[in-house]
Amino acid sequence: MKYLHLIWAALFRRKTRTILTLVSIVTAFLLFGMLDAVRTSFNQAGQSINGAQRLQTGSRLSFIQTLPQGLNSQIAQVSGVKSVAYANWFGGAYQDPHNQVFSFAVSDNYLDLYPEVEVSPQVRKAFESTQTGLIVGEKLAQRFGWKVGDKIPLQSTIFPLRDGSKNWSFDIVGTMKAKDNSAAWYDQLVLMHWKYFDEGTPYNRGTVGWYVTRVNDANQADRVAKAIDALSANSDHETRTQTEQAATASWMKQMADIGLIVGSIMGAVFFTLLLLSGNTMMQAVRERTSELAVLKTIGFSSPSVLAMVLAESILLLLIGGVIGLGLASLLIPVLGKGSGGMLNLPGVTAGSWALGIGFMVLIGLLVGALPALRAMRLNIVDALAGR
Amino acid sequence: MSKSRNFLVGLGLFVLVIVCLAIWVNLPLPFVAGLAVLFALWMAFTRRGRQAASVTGVGISTLRDRLGSSAVVVIGIAGVVGVLVALLAMGEGYAETLRKTGSTDTVIVMRGGSASEVMSVLDRDSVVVIPQTAGIARNAKGDPIASPEIVVAANLPVKGGKGADDEGSVQLRGVSEHAWELRPNLKIVAGRPFNPGMRELVVGKGAQRQFAGLEPGHEIKLGNQQWTVVGVFASGDALESEVWGDASVVADTYRRGGSRASVTVKLADPSGFKAFESTLKADPRLKVDASTTLDYFSKQSEGTSKVIRGIGITVGLIMAIGALFGALNTMFAAVASRAREIATLRAIGFRGLPVVVAIMLETMLLALLGGLIGGALAWLIFNGYTASTLAQGSVGQLTFEFRVSPALLWTGVKWALAIGFVGGLFPAVRAARLPVTTALREL
Repeated sequence: MKYLHLIWAALFRRKTRTILTLVSIVTAFLLFGMLDAVRTSFNQAGQSINGAQRLQTGSRLSFIQTLPQGLNSQIAQVSGVKSVAYANWFGGAYQDPHNQVFSFAVSDNYLDLYPEVEVSPQVRKAFESTQTGLIVGEKLAQRFGWKVGDKIPLQSTIFPLRDGSKNWSFDIVGTMKAKDNSAAWYDQLVLMHWKYFDEGTPYNRGTVGWYVTRVNDANQADRVAKAIDALSANSDHETRTQTEQAATASWMKQMADIGLIVGSIMGAVFFTLLLLSGNTMMQAVRERTSELAVLKTIGFSSPSVLAMVLAESILLLLIGGVIGLGLASLLIPVLGKGSGGMLNLPGVTAGSWALGIGFMVLIGLLVGALPALRAMRLNIVDALAGR
Repeated sequence: MSKSRNFLVGLGLFVLVIVCLAIWVNLPLPFVAGLAVLFALWMAFTRRGRQAASVTGVGISTLRDRLGSSAVVVIGIAGVVGVLVALLAMGEGYAETLRKTGSTDTVIVMRGGSASEVMSVLDRDSVVVIPQTAGIARNAKGDPIASPEIVVAANLPVKGGKGADDEGSVQLRGVSEHAWELRPNLKIVAGRPFNPGMRELVVGKGAQRQFAGLEPGHEIKLGNQQWTVVGVFASGDALESEVWGDASVVADTYRRGGSRASVTVKLADPSGFKAFESTLKADPRLKVDASTTLDYFSKQSEGTSKVIRGIGITVGLIMAIGALFGALNTMFAAVASRAREIATLRAIGFRGLPVVVAIMLETMLLALLGGLIGGALAWLIFNGYTASTLAQGSVGQLTFEFRVSPALLWTGVKWALAIGFVGGLFPAVRAARLPVTTALREL
């Protein structure tokens, strides 16, 4: 630590070169921060304590097939089940069929199963007493400029009303927002009454898209899931029950192999960075050969010279990396706003910071290794003579 | 005084760079070729040009001594171009798969206002009426070539998944006997077509790659029913990711009764779409939308392709900034190490322009090399690489291949040259403006 000023002076000996290198490091880690935010948001979806305690029951045949409503009371009887709710996919769109809005028609107790979604008791009350009530995610409301009390039309891209028109009318009774990242997409969701939906369209005929079950004990989840599936075994509506975690993970996997894409891009970026900052360090040490020799002459040991050069390259990476990740945390919310709530990314999480700093130190070590070894093996006499 | 002049020069250069880049991005290939030819002529036939050429020659001959730092430019830019081209190839491959699907002489008819086939429901009456509309081609037997089809999702175990419960969604299409006439590009490559009225399936090659147990002769479970896979088809487009069965049997399994999702018809007159559409619209019994299948599938890819393109360009831009500063770093170092040499040239009468051109050329050559390497790597690794995603407007996995097209490679090279241009300009101007006397005095 006491040599910090010495390392610092060595680092900024050539301002232009160091600053240009720093900008490259900053961009690399800015990209890392953003891509890692994407990866985390994909991985975190549904990965919470709540997600492990909730089961989703859908048709074994296909995710668009509906189930009879009578299952509700049967599932509630299964031992280990705390509560059960159900929902349907509404397929809503606002103003234009291509402007799709995530919208569920849900049973009255649906929100009880989602403690991580914040809804005030007044809003719950208003929702219960309004047949055409709608609870909208906070970010979605911002995106479309909806206010509480607005009467809005939503088209269903799947379910026409009895008169054949597609414009359902709703009253916004309040907003909901997620308390943590795992439920982030509730900020983009619309919830309506299942009853209003079912009576409004001739197509649903009292069926249910999927059931959500909360179990008393997450360790019992597998047993309960099997028991629920056993209820409809060999019927014409066989079910498949998974924990919410497993269900979400399976969806994400089908969307895209995000881990692979992010990994390949970062591999290319870090490889380039390694070369670039390595080159800078080599130049820096080559320039200072005679100075290092002087240091050794006045009694610095070989290992301490090695440590100083390594510290210099790690410091270089840390300065650039921290600025880059800092920029990423500033930019991600801006991007989120710019995309009109389409991109809903968590900021740079603690996990990303830890991973990022790990990479900075690792790359710093790799980059510094060669020049530092050269500095350590320096022969004083040759170096001072400029040979 | 000199400070403010330096600042003004820097600012002027910056504006020039922005203008050049804006023009460059929109420059078509012939223009670039023309520029290159003009430049070569200038190098060959004017005094200044010949001077520039000889200075460049000197610079390039000393490249070997600066191998390490020159490699930074090449590899940095190769990285940018490689990632950019790979990401764009993903978007291009996805769009291309859907663009190839459908034709101009077949029309898909869906319920009015449906964004996609999956969301459309046509009742039994419409399914009967639509094939009777005027303007539909008839086959040898005199039947209208129209196929009422149903599109549903089926859960199937994923290939290489963990156990039988690791399931994915595949799009299952129930088709009528005319479906094959409507899609002549579709060929059975193994096994046989399904028999009407039986629980038999033919599977697309893409679906076969994605899901386990889709070999002819195998039985698979849909819900609680056993179906037999009897054949494999190839079509080279989005349909390859589907699984086909008999429409009435599929409707039965999914309890859809007589309703269907869409009716696909072949037009008697390939250019008669407009007339056919207005006939449908005029029919009081129907509330439907029609579009040519080509239009329908191209539209389905728009959103996703745009997103992938956006991601590609964003990632590319951020990487490009990093690589640009790497190039600047290298070239500034090169100019500094050759300061005496450049000053000597100017002392014996070379003007600033040849020096500027020489350094710019050197950087752009390195950049071009990087661009070519990056493009080649992207092509080697990713051309034909298979990926899959849940496609917009469908309910199953769509398998598509990355496509590294010549146009994309050209885009990559353009980016590389742009980075080389900016990365070379500032060091070159510094070299040309260096006071000769100070530079000569430098050790």
